[in-house]
Amino acid sequence: MARRPATTSMTSEAVLLSVAMAVAAGLVGCFAVMRRMALAADPLSHVALPGIGVALALHIDPVFGAAAMLFFGALLVWGLEEATRATTETVIGVVFSAALALGSLTTSGEDLIDALFGGAGGLSWAEAVFGLLAAGAIVIFIVAFRNSLIVMLVSPDVARTAGVDIRRLNLLYLLTFALAIALGLRYLGVLLMGALIIIPPTTAKRLARNLNQMLLAAVAISVAATLLGTWIASLLDRETGPLIVLVAAVAFLLSLLRPQP
Amino acid sequence: MSGQRAPVEEDALEVSHLSVHFGESSVLRDLSFSVSQGASLAVIGPNGSGKTVLFKALIGSIPYEGGVHWAEGTRIGYVPQKLDLERDIPITGLDFLRARASLAGQRAANISRALDLVGLSSEVNAKPIGTMSGGQFQRLLVAFALVGEPNVLLLDEPTAGVDEPGQERLNELVRRLQQDEGLTVLFISHELSVVYRYATSVLCLGRRQAYIGAPKTILTPELLQEVYGTEAGYHIHDQ
Repeated sequence: MARRPATTSMTSEAVLLSVAMAVAAGLVGCFAVMRRMALAADPLSHVALPGIGVALALHIDPVFGAAAMLFFGALLVWGLEEATRATTETVIGVVFSAALALGSLTTSGEDLIDALFGGAGGLSWAEAVFGLLAAGAIVIFIVAFRNSLIVMLVSPDVARTAGVDIRRLNLLYLLTFALAIALGLRYLGVLLMGALIIIPPTTAKRLARNLNQMLLAAVAISVAATLLGTWIASLLDRETGPLIVLVAAVAFLLSLLRPQP
Repeated sequence: MSGQRAPVEEDALEVSHLSVHFGESSVLRDLSFSVSQGASLAVIGPNGSGKTVLFKALIGSIPYEGGVHWAEGTRIGYVPQKLDLERDIPITGLDFLRARASLAGQRAANISRALDLVGLSSEVNAKPIGTMSGGQFQRLLVAFALVGEPNVLLLDEPTAGVDEPGQERLNELVRRLQQDEGLTVLFISHELSVVYRYATSVLCLGRRQAYIGAPKTILTPELLQEVYGTEAGYHIHDQ
């Protein structure tokens, strides 16, 4: 895969897709932050690397290789959690550090840099369709399962007696989480997508007084960081991914100025 | 609350040969008992005797051997022991109760009724659950259970951290739900005087064996001495 040039302009499809990615990241991230899975986003994103390497070797779009590996990775984490009763963070930490090592062996050179940090070059129709469908699926999942997710994060035992299928919900959440990472790989890359899933919701958590406020604020900050970061990248003729994450980080720093209740 | 008092001969719960192990450690061994519809069973025993583990097995949250059979149509309202919540989690009392109402397909009106029953004012609606006092959150958990219109209540030390008037109110509420509306209640308590006053039967988990029977037959100085290892006294409130 040739290194993509830094972008100076984005097509309207690309802008739409990046906004969809930001919305999905904000929504999924809210529950990741509240479930204390903040540190899991980063290593989970690493599992995409071997998939990217294999996809490149087979001349397939790397996004699909990454998505397939993330799907497999989410199933693996869920299965290990069920079998060992270890925490999600522990399982993800162990499994995906190994995936990063494997990925760096199967991906090399500029391809690795692209995979790690993303790029905003040309957008294939397949990528656009996959991205919009994935974002739509993530939004639908969060809206449909929000009540179950709320009760589960307060107490899985209470959720169980309220009729929530904890095993199924955990699996669906992990798959949604993995899908959100796959969605962001195109622009942000493996390393930075985890940051977009975590930083805007963490900022929103500091500002919000209830769940609706947190969800809305996380989406707004995520979309604003994506659009502003992309615009600054075009002005400075730099890669978009790092600037999107930097804008999100600045928003978090500004939120520190607000005193906590 | 829903329901008429069910025929007493029909058991709400039947537990047979229940055992729970964590690795090499055996917490519950070959425990068998049943609970009639509309009964109030107190579970007592020293720390580490497996009271909370028993409840977790009854709701299916931990693996176990043996049988746990709830009557058909059982709707459990479970109130766990103190939960460890992040203080800054932006989920309000209303977010939490609405989630329960939505999962149970209940109307929002049930929320204010449940809050009234447990004696919480509507100010907890806007309060993040992580900033509630222990007693407030405990009562919110009871309200949460009631929103689901249960016919069985499992209460794991429901008054822990609740102030004296709040304890009295919760104990009376549970008694009323059990006696007037026919709910089956299983509760864990260290307050033997509360057990004596509110339970129709007592399951006492000792380290070597378990005892079940009416409060008068279980709460004897000799049996308590054997199970707790020290003299466990209690005061019987005026009825």
